[in-house]
Amino acid sequence: MSKPARAVGIEITGVNLSYGATHVLKDVALSIRPGEFFAFLGPSGCGKTTLLRLIAGFAQAQTGKVLLDGQDVAPLPPWKRDVGMVFQSYALWPHMTVAKNVAFGLEERRLPRREIDRRVAEALDLVGLSAFAERRPAQLSGGQQQRVAVARTIAIEPKVLLLDEPLSNLDAKMRVSVRRELRSLQQRLGLTTIFVTHDQEEANTICDRIAVMDAGTVQQVGTPMELYENPANLFVANFLGSANILDERAGVPIPAGKRLVFRPQHAALTSPEGAPLRGPVTHREFLGATVRYAVRIGESEVLIETPFQSGNEMRSVGDQVGVDLPPRRMLFLPA
Amino acid sequence: MRGQYLLALAIALFLGVFLIVPVATVVYVAFTEKGGGGLTLVNFLDFGRTDLFVRSFWNSVYVSAMTVVWASVLALPLAYLTTRFEFRGAMLVQTLGFLPLIMPPFVGAVAMQLLFGRNGSVNLLLDEWFDFKIGFMEGLNGVIFLQAIHYFPFILVNLSAALRNIDRSMEEAAQNLGSHGLRLFRRIALPLALPGYIAGASLVFVKVFDDVATPLLLNVKEMLAPQAYLRITSIGIDDPMGYVISVVLILVAVATMWATALVMKGKDYATTQRGGGGLARRKLRPREQALAYAVVFFILALVLAPHVGLVLLSFATVWSFSPLPDGYTLAHYTRVLGDSSVYIKNTLLYAGLAATIDVVIGGAIAYLVLRTRLRGRQWLDWAASTALAVPGVVLGIGYLRAFYGVNLPDGTPLATLWIVIVLAIAIRRLPYALRAAYAALQQISISLEEAAENLGATKARTVRRVVIPLMTGGLLAGFVTSFATAAVELSAVLILVQSNSDAPLAYGLYVLMQTPAGRGAGAALGVIAVLIVAVCMWLSQLAADRSQRARGLDI
Repeated sequence: MSKPARAVGIEITGVNLSYGATHVLKDVALSIRPGEFFAFLGPSGCGKTTLLRLIAGFAQAQTGKVLLDGQDVAPLPPWKRDVGMVFQSYALWPHMTVAKNVAFGLEERRLPRREIDRRVAEALDLVGLSAFAERRPAQLSGGQQQRVAVARTIAIEPKVLLLDEPLSNLDAKMRVSVRRELRSLQQRLGLTTIFVTHDQEEANTICDRIAVMDAGTVQQVGTPMELYENPANLFVANFLGSANILDERAGVPIPAGKRLVFRPQHAALTSPEGAPLRGPVTHREFLGATVRYAVRIGESEVLIETPFQSGNEMRSVGDQVGVDLPPRRMLFLPA
Repeated sequence: MRGQYLLALAIALFLGVFLIVPVATVVYVAFTEKGGGGLTLVNFLDFGRTDLFVRSFWNSVYVSAMTVVWASVLALPLAYLTTRFEFRGAMLVQTLGFLPLIMPPFVGAVAMQLLFGRNGSVNLLLDEWFDFKIGFMEGLNGVIFLQAIHYFPFILVNLSAALRNIDRSMEEAAQNLGSHGLRLFRRIALPLALPGYIAGASLVFVKVFDDVATPLLLNVKEMLAPQAYLRITSIGIDDPMGYVISVVLILVAVATMWATALVMKGKDYATTQRGGGGLARRKLRPREQALAYAVVFFILALVLAPHVGLVLLSFATVWSFSPLPDGYTLAHYTRVLGDSSVYIKNTLLYAGLAATIDVVIGGAIAYLVLRTRLRGRQWLDWAASTALAVPGVVLGIGYLRAFYGVNLPDGTPLATLWIVIVLAIAIRRLPYALRAAYAALQQISISLEEAAENLGATKARTVRRVVIPLMTGGLLAGFVTSFATAAVELSAVLILVQSNSDAPLAYGLYVLMQTPAGRGAGAALGVIAVLIVAVCMWLSQLAADRSQRARGLDI
């Protein structure tokens, strides 16, 4: 376990999955590289968890293939897949101690007792819970339970690691430290890992690449920076960070069938004279490092964030302002 | 504050006089020398030296334990089927859970003799076709057989509820780590459902251990609870052995409940989480489906056998040494509705009064415990709940002993009045009504009451105008459940009934069933009892649904 296992790639091609009349996954195709920390990111109901469960064998696709290390896993039941999954609820068995929970998968593999004991100790050591081996899950904090769930899964040395919203049951402060732990653990093990989340910050901070999903389809795949800088469509632009979206009524030339998209911090406020985009300030929010203005342009409202320094000239609600937007910051995305 | 104190005091007095004093009297007599001497253990030594009692004790333990075993054998496959598979018969299986409430086991005892006895329908057919008989109903086996098919739903209901409360991810995590099939069930689902199973099993154990009428109707006398009854009725209320046996019965009940609580400690395994929802269900393959239906119908046939037998018996002219009755008649019903109608009238009166008392006291205790800061209010709850550990026959003996010396102004002993029967039944059913009242009150947000007080209503008026209207549905359900179970209560009644004219239906049924000539009429009375209770159950379901809907609109 301490030595990085040979990492495995995952190929997903042409997957369609429906529950009755609901089409949950539509023509999903993804290629996840060996050793990669990959995220499925999207709002609830976008199909990301279903896709994860499909890989683990808890859902059946009507069409398409999932290849693990080049091998089609469709004929394999969940217990033969060697795909380690950490459940959103952790799913720790309350009737077993921490050590028993971690030993479970090893016992199912009929390993010799000594080998089991060694690997349980190693896994608990890896997540820093050696002292808690004989506790019951109910006696642990949320963060500790989460680490037991991870230890239980990596103890079997799975081919890939699946994390289903692993941070959602933790408080805000724990999330930051746990996600760092997860990242460094993944780096040490060199394990291909898929991380399901609805939180773009989580995905951005720890994942190598992200697949943004909406309504059962993959919208875009890329590194966090690529997705932020070059969103493929309005959904991605909106989901990763905030974005201002304007149509042709705004007063600047916009190609037919497209929308003008820009980030709040990429524009600045100027005097209204001669500015192509202009209007009254409708709100002002002081955020500390920045000041966020809302400006009405035609029928729409855009947000502009300007850095705050004492002595800066502040605009007031009702002031007429112009919006200065460098052409290289303008994105034209399909409506 | 004064009002609350008075209310608490009145309830404490009621519980003291009609529960604590009788039970304490029983315990006291068990520990005193015959003829009113000092405290002694000699009675218990006598108990231990008397072969009959020791044998009866072990018989009772054996019958109760075997009933649990057989009830589990019936319940386990059904629970597994209904929770793990998409199975159309699941609804059918779930309604089984209500049957033991509709008819206590003694009602069907005689009918089961006719169906499964040495010369009953099944054995006659077996003998004719295969040339052998099975001793279903021989001695203790008969009691076990009858009790098991009657009480297995308690295990079924508890076990299936426990299985359904296991979050789906519990099993999926195990599958993900390489487990499947029966091994998965054994390592994950079963241990997680164990607390539910134990709750059901201990309930069955205690119920069977305390049952007087079923063994007696099957002519099994060498069990502990029947011995207590026989001792008091045949030797008299001065004989200490009846009291000693009573104390043993209480000890067994308390020990069972205590052991259960001990095992359950720290094992609240309800794991259902947001977005979860029970074990994953799988579709049955056609062959499995056929097998599943066969199992369900076999068990269903067994469970319905006493009911079917009872109905047949109630319409039969003569039924012996033949698979089915020789002819059919309505004579039993005319007889029962004619001169035996006093039983029915008494039952409706007693059960109605007892249920009213239960709802009033249960509601008051629930309010005092949940909504006031009165010191010692918890004691009322505990006192009322101890009734669960007091077998009916013990309560009956206690009433007889405690109230026989108390004479009314005209010289008749208090214990011979019919109202005493009502009080005994009320005490027996109080814990159920109390739970219903708790549930009803807990669902009412305290802010609704605070809002009323904020707008100027006094405590008393808040109770009247806000609390009671909102609790109505729950209280009504409690009333009907108390009423239905009170209508077929026998073990306490058996000892307290002094004359036929004061007897309720269950007692009449018991008496009629003793003689072959009375069986038909007894069965007719049984059918009427079942109908009364079934209607009540249906009404209580209706009341519960309506209050649910009413609350749904309010929120």
